Amino acid sequence: MRDKRMTADEAVSTIKDGMTVGIGGWGSRRKPMALVEAILKTDLEDLTIVTYGGPDVGLLCAAGKIRKLVYGFVSLDTIPYDPWFKRARETGAIEVLELDEGMFQTGLRAAGHRLPFLPVRAGLGSDVLKYAPELKTVRSPYDDGEELVAMPALKLDVALVHLNRADKHGNAQYLGPDPYFDDLFCLAADRRYVSCERIVDSFEGPPQTLLLNRMMVDGVVEAPGGAGFTSCVPDYPRDEAKQREYAEAAAEGRLPA
Amino acid sequence: MSDITRAEICVTACADLFAGAGETLASPMGLIPSLGAKLARLTAEPDLLLSDGEAFLLTPESTVEGWLPYRKVFDVVAHGRRHVVMGANQVDRFGNQNISAIGDHAKPTRQLLGFRGAPGNTINHRTSYWVPRHSPRVLVNAVDVISGVGYDHAVGPYHDVYRVITNLAVLDFDTPDHSMRLVSTHPGVSVDEVQKQTSFELTADDVTETRLPTDQELKLIRNVLDPDAKRDKEVPS
Repeated sequence: MRDKRMTADEAVSTIKDGMTVGIGGWGSRRKPMALVEAILKTDLEDLTIVTYGGPDVGLLCAAGKIRKLVYGFVSLDTIPYDPWFKRARETGAIEVLELDEGMFQTGLRAAGHRLPFLPVRAGLGSDVLKYAPELKTVRSPYDDGEELVAMPALKLDVALVHLNRADKHGNAQYLGPDPYFDDLFCLAADRRYVSCERIVDSFEGPPQTLLLNRMMVDGVVEAPGGAGFTSCVPDYPRDEAKQREYAEAAAEGRLPA
Repeated sequence: MSDITRAEICVTACADLFAGAGETLASPMGLIPSLGAKLARLTAEPDLLLSDGEAFLLTPESTVEGWLPYRKVFDVVAHGRRHVVMGANQVDRFGNQNISAIGDHAKPTRQLLGFRGAPGNTINHRTSYWVPRHSPRVLVNAVDVISGVGYDHAVGPYHDVYRVITNLAVLDFDTPDHSMRLVSTHPGVSVDEVQKQTSFELTADDVTETRLPTDQELKLIRNVLDPDAKRDKEVPS
């Protein structure tokens, strides 16, 4: 079996200007921050970032890496708003596709299933469709004739996710209570990189915690603490002091020392 | 029991949102709605399901009785057995809600959270709103961005915006054109005051007074659910 171990820099080196990059986790939870920081060190630009956003979005906004952001929200959870993201929006610095959270998931599923779209009710009647006229509706071909949103596939060039454990072949395990959508990000992407707290030879715990199998992964990066300062339970909770430091610095338009 | 606070009245008004809900997922956002849902679970609605806001369903004793990560929450949203109580940076005459942005969405004067789950919630199942500071800036004639869908934009079979609970009053949309109606004012609040703090004209025909918590409810709120009185920070008396 293939050994897919690599460094964060090697994983990120496969990303090119203008690509669409999906980032796993949720808000300020289990974000692949080591991989995001590797992007910050590059000259990459014009990225389309697709994510349930947290400080990953803020940092990439601060570094001017984002041309377009596809998201349902951006929040630091215990701090409602990310100041870098707010600034990017309020200065019109980035293009956006702002979606309902469920539409976002539906778009990832469509991409993973190689479908052009999947129908969903979410979005109807709201301003999601007003600000994204490229989103179309479809009418049920059955007797009900209901009009539904035809949520287009959110296809990704690259997916970046962080899990608790992985083996060198790309099987990977979450140990916290929520898988978030990391498997869907991987299925939606052409190339998939998982960072993890620890690379193991064999997995402990129930097999249903094995969220990713090696068909879904192209590279494995061992990055202890690699989700910090976001949470990666049970390995560690969110570092609230570091997050506060980040948010306070961001509010003043600088990065924490 | 005496010295009933405004916050406690808001908690029981939120608990009453779930009357008759049965085995439904209650998804309250914010402290007062959370206390209300827990209070309902301990009193009139013992079958209610409550989440910890993360991935577990919890009993009042904090025992895990179910697993509900975000992806399964979206399944419940689509399936419909859910009553969400969301916050609102703005809510308007027909119950449209905004948590996305103030001003022009292309370049907002104030970026907020984003659409979050508001479009999907409001089109799929019962939704109420909690407004801790009732003012003309929140109760607006028309929202800047429609995140949660109101009655004048409602489509499909499942739209159901139920009530708006504020620090001043209980409101609903039980009028011929589904515009907002003042149901009750909290004790000590006048109809005029509510109207003054609202940017549009409310229907106010049969306004009553919001009920007081019972002694049993007060004991639960004060001794069991919120012994540190955090509720008074969200709604000062």
